[in-house]
Amino acid sequence: MIKISHISKTYKNEEVETKALDDVSFEVKNKEFVAIMGPSGSGKSTLMHIVGALDTPTSGTYVLDGEEVGKLSDDQLAEIRNKKIGFVFQAFNLLPRTSALKNVILPMVYGGVPKEEREERAKKYLNMVGLGDRMENTSSQLSGGQQQRVAIARALVLNPSIILADEPTGNIASAQAEEIMDIFQKLNEEGHTIVMITHEPDIAEHAKRIITVKDGKIVGDSNKHRQRKVKIPMSS
Amino acid sequence: MTHGNMEYREIITEALSALTVNKLRTGLATLGIVIGIGSVIALISLGQATQQSIQERIQALGSNLLTVNPGAQQTGGVRGAAGGGTSLTLDDAKAIQTSPQITTISAVSPEVDKRQQVSTGSNNTNIRINGATSSYAEVHKITMDSGAFITDQDDLNGRRVVVLGPQVVTDLFPDGGGPIGKAVRINTMTFEVVGVTVSKGGTGFQNQDDIAYIPLSTAQKQLFGQSYLSDISLEAKSPEVMTDAQNEVGYLLLSRHKLNDPTQADFSIFSQQDILNTASSATGTFTTLLSGIAAISLLVGGIGIMNIMLVTVTERTREIGLRKALGAKKSNINLQFLIESVILTFAGGILGMILGIGTSFLVSNLTSSPFVISPLAILLAIGVSVGVGILFGWYPAQKASKLQPIEALRYE
Repeated sequence: MIKISHISKTYKNEEVETKALDDVSFEVKNKEFVAIMGPSGSGKSTLMHIVGALDTPTSGTYVLDGEEVGKLSDDQLAEIRNKKIGFVFQAFNLLPRTSALKNVILPMVYGGVPKEEREERAKKYLNMVGLGDRMENTSSQLSGGQQQRVAIARALVLNPSIILADEPTGNIASAQAEEIMDIFQKLNEEGHTIVMITHEPDIAEHAKRIITVKDGKIVGDSNKHRQRKVKIPMSS
Repeated sequence: MTHGNMEYREIITEALSALTVNKLRTGLATLGIVIGIGSVIALISLGQATQQSIQERIQALGSNLLTVNPGAQQTGGVRGAAGGGTSLTLDDAKAIQTSPQITTISAVSPEVDKRQQVSTGSNNTNIRINGATSSYAEVHKITMDSGAFITDQDDLNGRRVVVLGPQVVTDLFPDGGGPIGKAVRINTMTFEVVGVTVSKGGTGFQNQDDIAYIPLSTAQKQLFGQSYLSDISLEAKSPEVMTDAQNEVGYLLLSRHKLNDPTQADFSIFSQQDILNTASSATGTFTTLLSGIAAISLLVGGIGIMNIMLVTVTERTREIGLRKALGAKKSNINLQFLIESVILTFAGGILGMILGIGTSFLVSNLTSSPFVISPLAILLAIGVSVGVGILFGWYPAQKASKLQPIEALRYE
């Protein structure tokens, strides 16, 4: 359902042209768990921004669930970001001085979910990620791992087609990082499609398929590795 | 009521919580609006109160009152200093009284006035001395607190008697005790006090209680040494015939002064309405001018709001990027910041209104003038403050909505 065809992205900075992506093509089908791995500067972040409809390619096409994203208006792109894509960022990006509950509710506000339903749904997902007793806490009262779990609940709340995670464990201690990976694996087993960007091979191996990127090109795409399953069960 | 997917009430709640994050900054930002609106309301209110106060005071003097002043017609209508113009004589006044041409006048009061030093042995004061006949009391609606006003006999015999206003009594006889029968010196002459008038109120300028009255002939022949009058006050029979009265007296005096052309008149006739109109327009112009200045402060306040909103937008760039990533449309973001701006100015407008009304109330209490609040001014203030919020919030809101999510998210 994600079809990337001959995508290129060039940045023009005054007189210097940087080619971030060079003729990249691949497909991701439903229920896949894909890791896009590469060193910094490889173009993996640029690729994620295009998949997430946050940026447009210089050339090539991106088809999401049969719709060509490049042809959509600004408002239509906003709809896609709202309903089809669930973002999980490296820096968590929760609203400061706002409770976990209100953070998870936010996409539903823009998504037109009736007011009465919102709190219930938010609570359901917060419980799912194990934060049922921390719903009123603000980000300053939560650890890195807990904040990321709030972000995951937020990403799930409108039942998106893909969960797009950009270095989800980059700002988290390793013990809690395992918990996050456990959540992703469980979500994938339940049928969610997950695309994860990372530069760490250890993290990438938690996915089922690894696409390797270097200098703006795909240099590897395999599921031959043994998927690294999380041994520590998720704490409730 | 919804916009897109959000209820207006939600948007307002969100905007309020965003604004209360930094209360000091929010407060300072609205200060300009508060002062601007507050001063406009206070000034308009005080201006209207002044006009009303002038109206009341002039009307208390009698709405049938006509004043004939010597000297050329002026657009000011302001009474010249005593002695400005010598064209009116006692014979003029008598002619108005007796002429068959005059059908609309019921009383004629010839008058002279000059400021003089008045003293008892131990106290003195510098006040206006009116030389008057008995008709003065009727024309100017003066009532007596004790004793009697100037009589025709007093005037005929040129007696040295004086009627005092209550303020003069207080100044000259601070120890109390009735002043009737006591002696005062006006300039160098001794007069006997024969009456005290009832207080007409008022303070400061043209205080009606700070005046003394002596017989006209005494004033003209003995004290001032002038044969001409300072003015002639006339009482018309009714308010309806005021214009006819002005015409009748005007023509009579023109022919007596041997003038053919009314524009060459060496006198002028004013009714209460004329004076009222002049005073009204003068205060009106003054009020408008001050309000204009206050409006400028409002403009500055608006610029302050725009400034703060721009800073806010920059500060919340990441938040805006996040909201867009979560699905906020341009219009969502635009409306969010516009509403924040309007809430700022609206709250400022309400506070300013309270401040303006409070100030006006205080001043009216301190100066014993009426307290006037015009509902139009209030509506205007609210409308203007909301308008300023929309006008000066527009650019920052546009800027916020146009941020690209990816740039915004990268922003440190």
